[in-house]
Amino acid sequence: MATASALERGGPGPWDGPPRSSNVKWATGFICVAIAVFVFYQYIYPDMDGEAKTFFREWLPITAVNEALIFVIMALGLNIVVGYAGLLDLGYVAFWAIGGYTAGWLMSSFIQQVRFHAGGSSPPTADGVHITFWAVLLIGGLFTAFWGIIIGGPTLRLKSDYLAIVTLGFGEIIPQVFYNGDNVFGHNATNGPQGILPVDNIGTGPLQALPQVNESLGPFDAPFRFLIFCALAAVCVFVSLRLRTGRLGRAWLAIREDELAASMMGVPLARTKLSAYAVGAFFGGVGGVAFATHINGVLADRFNFSISVIVLAMVVLGGMGNVWGVMLGALALAWINSTGMKQVGETFNSSFGTNVDFPSKTYLLFGVILVLMMLFRREGLVPEARTRQVLREPERGELGAEGAETDGEDQVTSAKPRRPWRRS
Amino acid sequence: MTATAVEAAATRTSGGVRGAIERFLAYGILLALAVWLVANFVKAPGQSSSALVEGINNGALYALIALGYTLVYGIIELINFAHGDLFMLGSVFSAFFLVNWLGFNEPGTEAVLALVLTLVSAMIFCSAINVAAERVAYRRLRRAPKLASLITAVGLSFVFQWVGLQWNGSTPRQWPSVVRGGFKIGSVTIEYTAILVIAVTVPLLLLLTYIVQRTRQGKAMRATAQDQDAARLMGINVDRTIAFTFALGGAMAGAAGTLYVQSIGTTRFDSGFQLGLIAFTAAVMGGIGKLNGAVLGGLLIGIIQGLNDGAPYGLTQRWSQTVVFTILILILVFKPEGILGRPTTEKV
Repeated sequence: MATASALERGGPGPWDGPPRSSNVKWATGFICVAIAVFVFYQYIYPDMDGEAKTFFREWLPITAVNEALIFVIMALGLNIVVGYAGLLDLGYVAFWAIGGYTAGWLMSSFIQQVRFHAGGSSPPTADGVHITFWAVLLIGGLFTAFWGIIIGGPTLRLKSDYLAIVTLGFGEIIPQVFYNGDNVFGHNATNGPQGILPVDNIGTGPLQALPQVNESLGPFDAPFRFLIFCALAAVCVFVSLRLRTGRLGRAWLAIREDELAASMMGVPLARTKLSAYAVGAFFGGVGGVAFATHINGVLADRFNFSISVIVLAMVVLGGMGNVWGVMLGALALAWINSTGMKQVGETFNSSFGTNVDFPSKTYLLFGVILVLMMLFRREGLVPEARTRQVLREPERGELGAEGAETDGEDQVTSAKPRRPWRRS
Repeated sequence: MTATAVEAAATRTSGGVRGAIERFLAYGILLALAVWLVANFVKAPGQSSSALVEGINNGALYALIALGYTLVYGIIELINFAHGDLFMLGSVFSAFFLVNWLGFNEPGTEAVLALVLTLVSAMIFCSAINVAAERVAYRRLRRAPKLASLITAVGLSFVFQWVGLQWNGSTPRQWPSVVRGGFKIGSVTIEYTAILVIAVTVPLLLLLTYIVQRTRQGKAMRATAQDQDAARLMGINVDRTIAFTFALGGAMAGAAGTLYVQSIGTTRFDSGFQLGLIAFTAAVMGGIGKLNGAVLGGLLIGIIQGLNDGAPYGLTQRWSQTVVFTILILILVFKPEGILGRPTTEKV
């Protein structure tokens, strides 16, 4: 696991990022929190009684935590595209769908014509392709990254706002293809609106030797699944942090802040942008595979535009470009989306005797979050210093650049040429 | 119309092997489209003509919505994502206004007068919302990074959708049209609603062109679009001009909403998203920022979609959206400036 390798490497070396100890620090904290949550849900929670148990079952069920972790993976992926590289992607749900369907094809009895088993947890007599979860994670990620490049390719020459539209178009087309894919020239490719059910459990392989670990992690082994999703999220955090300080990450930030200057400095624009798409898509694909195992199925109508907007809201709320902010934003909004809105509503209604339908206000909430954050706190709740500087910098028009005053507030003195993040 | 695209594509100078491949592909796609059109009309002329009429009807609606995108983009270079949902609010408003508040659900002379009143009210309603959105959100972000205003527009679109959800309910609503019936030319039935759509759209387009090309306010709009700072120095009230542009775009969306309810007969809270995207495709296809481009693009998209849904060799309705978005992506790849647009070089 990547976190472990981060722990092992403590010694001084050539400077290629922030001091190594910072990775040790967060990894320790992350592992502690993960273990604490796991121990709580595996050992303490089942033995709890009465009110406390009801409280946790209603307010913080382990399935909601797992779902939030999957959203963390996806938000981190979108953060690479939007936060690091500054390319607004409004069709991120497409990657989620592709990852999900990869899991559906490779981890279920859906492809009945063949019987292929490669470490899957299902009985060897079952029809269909059954590949182990870990391999499917990789395959799904790579397949999605491939699609990320295909989607990113045509958008490279476009300006930022057109790019948003093209990604939005792909985000609509791809789920629709899956939705209508039950009859592609007479072949059933996706099972259409019914979706692919059930998807295999996560096989545990050699870890079965450990006490209490079953042969495969079904819906009732949620705490163990929590550990797996935690590990995936940790790998994503680690990769995000390392990429950010590496050569590629610095190239992304340079492109985000000034595409022209970056290309003058020798940053290959096309390759760098495509790699942002590919890495972001990879995360999305991993999230898709994880989500398919989380709900044990793939359902075509889950992949709609509102998911793209919710993930975007997570990135924006937390702070574009800041891994920790994005993670917090994802956890918070995923929780609100799955349980928070409903529970707060019920509590509110029972204590004030009203009958307000809170879950129906989620659309309003996400919309208002996006608008308010953009109006008053563009850099997010947990801002990254560099992002804040760029986003707060007022526009200088052609007059402004020559010294005439434009109506911005806190002007940063260094006048720089136009940037993709700015109005051009 | 395809000839225009061919000519424009030919005049574009892009050198090298890549340019040649691109041109080859673009011609190939246009040729395939032409073959497809001819094949459809040869196979079943009646059916294809009906689909064509349907397509022109929808295309006029797309053109009206596309004008809202193109007006706003032309002046402040913002893709107003919320515009489709504004159209949805307009359709819901007009349906409630005509049927529930005025109480007209049968054809008649009074009903037509009520429809005119509804049209005007819906236009005013949508203008007011669009101006309010500009005043509250976009104006503050005019000097902010582009990403910020785009995300704000997405957020506003969600807010509008929520309003629509509360107002219209989560399921589609059926409404009676006050214009019913039709006549036949050969085997092709033409509904009176199609006539109504054309009869309202054409004068509106002429009026809009007149406002933009001939009036003082239109001149101010064009000046602001060219250079806001210079326009301000010339004594133009830039804020008011931009607000006026939003009002015009909103009015078009309101008109489209009213006509949509009359010709399609349903309102859905999420119709704005789909139609907005189609209309945006139309705006891009014609060349965003160009008024006649939006109309041309709207009609083309409407016809292609109509033939796809109704003609013998079409992919049928369930692939309708996919076809439109594929067109959008193809245009953005091969000809991002649109049919009537000129290729622009990025100024440094």
